[in-house]
Amino acid sequence: MSTRLATGGRLLNKQKALTFTFNGKQLRGFDGDTLASALLANDQMLVGRSFKYHRPRGLVASGAEEPNGLVNMGAEGTFEPNQRVTTTELFDGLTAQSQNHWPSLDFDVGAINTHLSRFLPAGFYYKMFMHPRPLWKHVYEPFIRQSAGLGCAPKARDADTYEHFHFFCDVMVIGGGVAGLQAAKTAAATGAKVLLVEQSAHWGGRGPVDGGTVDGVPVENYVDQIISELETMPNVTLRKRLMGAGVYDHGYVLGYEQLRDHAPENPGPRHRLWRIRAGHIVTATGAIERPLPFAGNDIPGVMLASAMRDYLVNYGVSTGDRTVVVTNNDDAYLTAFDLKNAGLSVPVILDARVLARDSPAMEQAKALGIRVMMGHAVASVKGTKRVTGVCVCSQAGEGAVLEEIACDAVAMSGGWSPVVHLWSHCGGKLIWDETQAHFRPDVDKAPMGAQGEAFVTAAGAANGALRLADALGDGDQAGKLAAAATGFKVRQTSCPVGDSPEEAPMMPVWLMPQGAGVKLRSKAWLDYQNDVKVSDVQLAAQEGFESVEHAKRYTTLGMATDQGKLSNINGLATLAGALNSTIPQVGTTTFRPPYTPISMGSIAGEARGEVFQPIRRTPMHNWHDAHGAEWEPVGHWRRPYAYVRDGENTHDAVMRETRNARENLGLLDASTLGKLVVKGPDAGKFLDMLYTNMMSTLKPGKCRYGLMCSENGFLIDDGVVARIDEDTFLCHTTTGGAERIHQHMEEWLQTEWWDWQVYVANVTEQYAQVAVVGPNARKALEKLGGMDVSKDALGFMEWADGHLGGFKVRVYRISFSGELSYEIAVDAGQGQAFWDALMVVGHDLGVMPYGTEALHILRAEKGFIMIGDETDGTVIPQDLGLHWAISKKKDDFLGKRAQERSHMTDPERWKLVGLETLSGAVLPDGAYAVGEGENANGQKTMIGRVTSSYHSPNLGKGIAMGLVLHGPDRMGEVLEFPGTEGATYKARIVDPVFYDKDGEKANV
Amino acid sequence: MSEPVTALGGASADNGIATLAEASLQGMISLRGDLTASAVKKAVTSASGAAMPEQGRVTAEGDRALCWMSPDELLLLCPYDAVGETLDRMHKALAKSHALAVNVSDARAMFRVSGARAREVMAKLSPVDLAPDQFTPGMFRRTRLAQVPAAFWMPEEEAFHIICFRSQAQYVFDVLTVAAQPGSSVGVYQE
Repeated sequence: MSTRLATGGRLLNKQKALTFTFNGKQLRGFDGDTLASALLANDQMLVGRSFKYHRPRGLVASGAEEPNGLVNMGAEGTFEPNQRVTTTELFDGLTAQSQNHWPSLDFDVGAINTHLSRFLPAGFYYKMFMHPRPLWKHVYEPFIRQSAGLGCAPKARDADTYEHFHFFCDVMVIGGGVAGLQAAKTAAATGAKVLLVEQSAHWGGRGPVDGGTVDGVPVENYVDQIISELETMPNVTLRKRLMGAGVYDHGYVLGYEQLRDHAPENPGPRHRLWRIRAGHIVTATGAIERPLPFAGNDIPGVMLASAMRDYLVNYGVSTGDRTVVVTNNDDAYLTAFDLKNAGLSVPVILDARVLARDSPAMEQAKALGIRVMMGHAVASVKGTKRVTGVCVCSQAGEGAVLEEIACDAVAMSGGWSPVVHLWSHCGGKLIWDETQAHFRPDVDKAPMGAQGEAFVTAAGAANGALRLADALGDGDQAGKLAAAATGFKVRQTSCPVGDSPEEAPMMPVWLMPQGAGVKLRSKAWLDYQNDVKVSDVQLAAQEGFESVEHAKRYTTLGMATDQGKLSNINGLATLAGALNSTIPQVGTTTFRPPYTPISMGSIAGEARGEVFQPIRRTPMHNWHDAHGAEWEPVGHWRRPYAYVRDGENTHDAVMRETRNARENLGLLDASTLGKLVVKGPDAGKFLDMLYTNMMSTLKPGKCRYGLMCSENGFLIDDGVVARIDEDTFLCHTTTGGAERIHQHMEEWLQTEWWDWQVYVANVTEQYAQVAVVGPNARKALEKLGGMDVSKDALGFMEWADGHLGGFKVRVYRISFSGELSYEIAVDAGQGQAFWDALMVVGHDLGVMPYGTEALHILRAEKGFIMIGDETDGTVIPQDLGLHWAISKKKDDFLGKRAQERSHMTDPERWKLVGLETLSGAVLPDGAYAVGEGENANGQKTMIGRVTSSYHSPNLGKGIAMGLVLHGPDRMGEVLEFPGTEGATYKARIVDPVFYDKDGEKANV
Repeated sequence: MSEPVTALGGASADNGIATLAEASLQGMISLRGDLTASAVKKAVTSASGAAMPEQGRVTAEGDRALCWMSPDELLLLCPYDAVGETLDRMHKALAKSHALAVNVSDARAMFRVSGARAREVMAKLSPVDLAPDQFTPGMFRRTRLAQVPAAFWMPEEEAFHIICFRSQAQYVFDVLTVAAQPGSSVGVYQE
C-alpha cells in the first residue's frame, strides 16, 4: 500500500486540506501536494493503462519525465488531456480522469492485448495494415483511430486567456537547482542582468531531498539563503513555474509560465509565453534517473529510487511498506536510508555491481541493518496491478531464480542522464561519458551565435556534474563564463564548498540480468508510454532499422508526450548492443523543443476571439454595420458585400443595388482602395517603369488607368493614376494592394534605382473615399453645392480639388461601373459626415449604398477585369486583350522582357472573352470548357475556364467572362461547360463588354 | 464641413492593470527626405520648433515634436488645426529640395497607455526591451503591436503614446484591453 505518513513532507501545509476527484472518487490531499503525491497518499498507485497493451501502469517518476501518470483534467471550457500528475499542483476541487482505459481503470478490456503481445511486436502496424489495400479505409484505419491517442480531444471552447511577454537579459539561467542558483548568483555579482527560471514551484532542485551540506550548512538552508540574496538584487529576476521550453538561434528562448494552473480561482491569463532574448544562456536543467530494464519493471509499485525519495521527503508519502532497492550505483542507497529512517522496511538492496571494497554508502546500509546483495539483480517482478514480490538472480547469469522476496514496492536506479535537451535544441553536441554511462554536453561543440561564439553553457548535473560538490563549482564556473561572454568583468570570487560523500563508480546495466532470455526480455520495458520492450528494439535492429532515427519510428520508442525522457538512453544502449556497436556510434535521436508539451493557447497568446486577426475598418464601418451590411473580407479589410433590408435575402439586395446604381444613384465606400503618393523629379520615369502604360506624359489634372506587372510579366495590380503636379502622382491600387505595392515600389527604389529621386508615401487611410455613381450622381453633388462638377469643368478622367457641401474634397471623375461616376476623397475624420450628407441629398434622387457584389456585377457588365478574378498570378495583360494599355513607345518597363518570351507570345494562350449561356442561366464560377479528345491522363481536353460569372439584373441574364483557347477568334461559337451533378452549361462566346459598348453613359 | 472625429470617438478603459484611452485629434505630417540636408533640417526644425531627433528618438517643443521614423523619414507632430499652415511652411521651405511632406493626421489613431504597469502591457505586445533602464522618455520606437505596425514613445514615466493605422484602431484598443486584463501583472520591472 502507498499511504501518507504521520510525519514528514517538507513541501506540505498540513493545516490546509484539499479535496479532489479522481475517476469520480472524492479524495483528500494537502496544500503543497502534487496530484501524484496526493494519489499515492490515497493508495491510488494505478494511474493509467499503457498505450498498446493496456497494461496497468503506476507512477514511475516524480517530475517532468513521468510517462504513465497522464490524466484528462477539468471539464468543458477548462478540459485538458495528457496532464502530467507529477507536475500538476493540487488545488481544491481538482477533477481528473485516467486515460486509455475501457470500461474502467481497474478492469480494462483492451488488456487482452498484453496476452497478444507476441502478435503485436515492433512494426506490427506497418506489417499488418499494409495489405490488402482495400481493407485500409474501412477496417484498419477506423480500428487504429479508435485505439490511438491517450487523452480525449477537448470539445468545448477554451475558457481561459493567454498572453505573451517579451523580455531581455544578459544571462538567462534555466533551472533553479543548486547549480543554477550558484550560476545566477555568480553572474549577477558582475552586474549582469540575470533571469533565473525554475519549472517547478520550488527552488533547490534535488538538493534538499538528496541532502549534503554547503559551507557546513544543510543544502535546504543554503538554498533559502541564496534566494533571499538574489531577491534583493535589482539586476536579478526570479521566476518559478516558468519552464525554459526551447532554445533557438541568437539567444532566443521560449519560456512557458503557468500562472493559474495551481490556483484556477485567480483572475488573469492562464499561461504566459515568454519570448526572451538572452546574451548567454546557462542550462542548469539537472539530470533524470534511468529505469533498469528487467522483467516486470512496469508493474505498478516499481518506481525510480529518486522519485520514491521525493514522495517520502517532500510529501510524507510512502510508496510501500516493504521496498526492494535495485541499483547499479550508490545514489539509490539514499532511498534505502530515507525509507529505513522513516520506519519502513527495506528487505534487500540488490546491487548489480561487484566491488572490491565497500563504498561509504554500502557501509552505512550494513550499519543500518539492511541486507545488501552485490552482483545480484531482479529476475522478474511478481504481481499484476501491484508489486507482490521480486525474484532474485545473479546479474551475470540468465535469470535463474535464487530466491523470492516479498515486497510491495521496488525502487530502481540505472544511473543518471543529464537533461541535455535545451543544450541540444540549437545544435549543441554531446559526448559519451564512459564513467557515468551517459551523454553530456561537449563544451567544445556548444550552440554557436552569429560570431561563432558559444551562447549556451551547461551547468551542474545537466553538464554531468552529478555530485553536490561538483555541481556547485560547475554552476559557479558557468555563471562566470556567461557574465564574461556578455561583456561583464568577472572578479575572482570564492565558491561555496559542497560536501557529499564519496561514491563508488556506477556500472552500466542495459539489461537485467545481462543474459536474460527472450521471455524475460519481452517483459522488460524500455518505453512505458509507448509499450516498447527490449525485445522490440532488438527486433528492429534485426530487421535492418539500424539508424537510431529509423529504430525510433519503427518501434515508437521515445515518441509521444514524454519524448523518451526515461527510455532514450536505455533504448539506444539496447540498439547498440543488438548492432554490436557502441553507444556513441549509435548516437541519440534529435532533441526538439518544447522540453515538455506547452499549451496551444500559450502559443496563440492574445490572438483569439475578437483579436484573432486584425480587422481593418473604414471610417464608415459602423454605419454599414447598422444598415444591414453583410461583410466580405478583402485582405484584412471588411467591406459590405450587400446591404440587406428587411424581407430581402442577400441575392435580392445585390440585384436591387445593381439596378439602382444604373437607374438612380449608388454610393460605394471605396476607402479601402490603396492611395500611394509618388513624388520627385524622377517620379514620371519611375512610374513608366512600374506601369505598362506611359505615365510620364499624363497632364496634371488628368487620370489614367494603368496596369502593373511583376518582373515575370504577370499582372499584379491595376488602378487609376492621377497626376497632381509636375513632380507628384497619386496611384490608386486595389483593396489590399496598398501595402504590397508600396513595398514593391520601395524595393525597386531601394535596391535597383537607388539613385532616382523619388519618394513614396502610403496615404490610403488619410482619406475616406466615396464613389457616387449613377445618372443622378451629378445632381447629388450639385445639391451638396460647391465646386463645379459639370462635364465641361470636370471631364471624364479628370480630377479637381474643391469643396462640396462645405467639405474639403478631391473629386476624381473616374468610373468602374460604366455610369456617370465621381470618386470623392475627404479626410477620414469626416468620412462618416460626408457619407451622411450624401445620403441626405440623395434621398430624393433614389440613393442606395451598394456593396462589393454589386460593384462586381457592374464592372462585369462593362467587361472590366478584376485583379484576382481575371488574374491569378499566371495571366499577362495580353491575355486579357489589354494591348491598348501596354505602351509600345517605352524602352522598358517591369515585365516587358518577360512578355516577349516565347511562352508569353504563344498564340495558344487562353484569351479573355465574354460568355453568355444559351439558357440565360449563370455559369458556375471556375467551370472549365471542354473540347474534343482527351489529355494524357484520360481527362477531357480543357479549352477554357470561367473567371467571373454573375446574374446581371440590368440585362436580365447570366453573364460571364472567361479565358478561352483562341477565344477572340471564335466569336459566336458555343462551348460546353460541365457543371456539378451532371449538368452541362452551353455558353456562346461574345464580346466581354455586355453593357453600353460605346461608353455613352459615363460620358455625360 | 463638420467636426472631424477620431477613429473610436475617444474610447477608454480603466478596469485593468493600466489605463487606456484613445487620444484626441493629433496633427501628423510625414516627411521623407535627406535628413542630413540642411534645407530639410531647417524646414522641419523651424516648422516644429524642436531639434532634429537622433536615430530612435523623439524631440518635443511645446505641443510639437519630431519623431525619427527611418534614415529618411520623420514624423512631425503638431496641433490638428495647425497642420495646413505647418505643411504650407514646410512646402515653402522645401521648394528647392527633393522631399515629400504629407498630412497623415487622419490616417492614424493614437492611444495613451498609462499607469505603473504600462510598461508590462506594452512588453506583452511589442518585441521591445521595455525595462526602465532600456526604454526611457525621449526614445521613439517604430515596431509592431501584436499583429499590426505601430510606433510609440513615452511622453513621461509611466505613460506611452501609441500611433497605429486608423483602420486598425479597434484592433489595437482590443489587444491593449486583453494585455491589460485584471490579474495579468507580470511584476518584472523594478518599481
